[in-house]
Amino acid sequence: MKGMTVIVKTIASWVKVLIFMFGIYIIITGHLTPGGGFAGGVIIASSYVLILLAFGREFAEKNMPLGAASKIDCVGALMFAAIAVLGITTGGVFFTNFLYQKYLPGNAMELVSAGSIPFSNIAIGLKVGASLFMIILVLSIFCQDYRCKDDVCEIPGGNKKENN
Amino acid sequence: MAILYILMLFILIAAFIAVETKYLLSSVICIGAIGFGASIMFLFLRAPDIAITQIVVEVLGLIILIRATISRDLTFISGDREFFAVVVSIVVVFVIFLAGIHVFDDSLPEFGSPVFAETEGAASQTYIKDGMKKTGAANLVASVILDFRAYDTLGEATVLFTSIIGATVVLRRKSRKLLEELDK
Repeated sequence: MKGMTVIVKTIASWVKVLIFMFGIYIIITGHLTPGGGFAGGVIIASSYVLILLAFGREFAEKNMPLGAASKIDCVGALMFAAIAVLGITTGGVFFTNFLYQKYLPGNAMELVSAGSIPFSNIAIGLKVGASLFMIILVLSIFCQDYRCKDDVCEIPGGNKKENN
Repeated sequence: MAILYILMLFILIAAFIAVETKYLLSSVICIGAIGFGASIMFLFLRAPDIAITQIVVEVLGLIILIRATISRDLTFISGDREFFAVVVSIVVVFVIFLAGIHVFDDSLPEFGSPVFAETEGAASQTYIKDGMKKTGAANLVASVILDFRAYDTLGEATVLFTSIIGATVVLRRKSRKLLEELDK
């Protein structure tokens, strides 16, 4: 897989930034406007999928290796769990919105408001984005299992197969 | 709302084609059409959060499915359907439909008007009334899924985490057994 034509590569190199920024915007303003962690995370993942489809598997793997993606995934999950556990230690109940009730009330309709909800959004966005990109990366490097040579895969017990 | 019925008809036709067509790629495209129709329906039902999530997940899922479809050779579905199975499933669905009409004859609310909006003391009324005061979030959906019902989101995140672990284990780069077989 060597990527697509020059036209696609040029357009993708411009558009990927816009998609990524839009995902970050959706995540950060998740507590004010429609959207949130899940939708923003999927948008960020789709910007990386655009890189993977336009530039090929090797470029995408260099850009965001599988190990880094899995680490970001774990960081997101741990951050969400830490927000939940901090609710016990400071508020007494699992998932208490401790930041809003005690430390950071803020004004409604502003960016810094709603306590721990923006942090939960960021955690879920990291998690969903990294994990959905991991699925596509894992699916696209699936053919490496068969020891591909020059776009032809050898499947044990089967005949030769083209690797698109 | 006539537009909802038109969209429903569109979704039904797309679903029927997705099941009945012979080509796998057209079936996948019809699944995408179902998702986009559902997303527009959510927009008309005034649920932009779900519409955004639906359209974004649909696009990503469609990309995965199309890539998986065109990189395999098996893009042609063949084989006849069993007559007896078709008859039995149609009869079962029709009986359930008739029973539903009989039970919910006039107790169902009108289409698009939720029950919780009219029931006294329902939980959703508390969310709408006190949600902004209790959580400080202007987006009430965010205040519900990340504060009132955060357990639900935790479960969803756990399901995603587990499925990613399963996918990476099943599709990992070095499948040991296969490499051992190749080395022999």
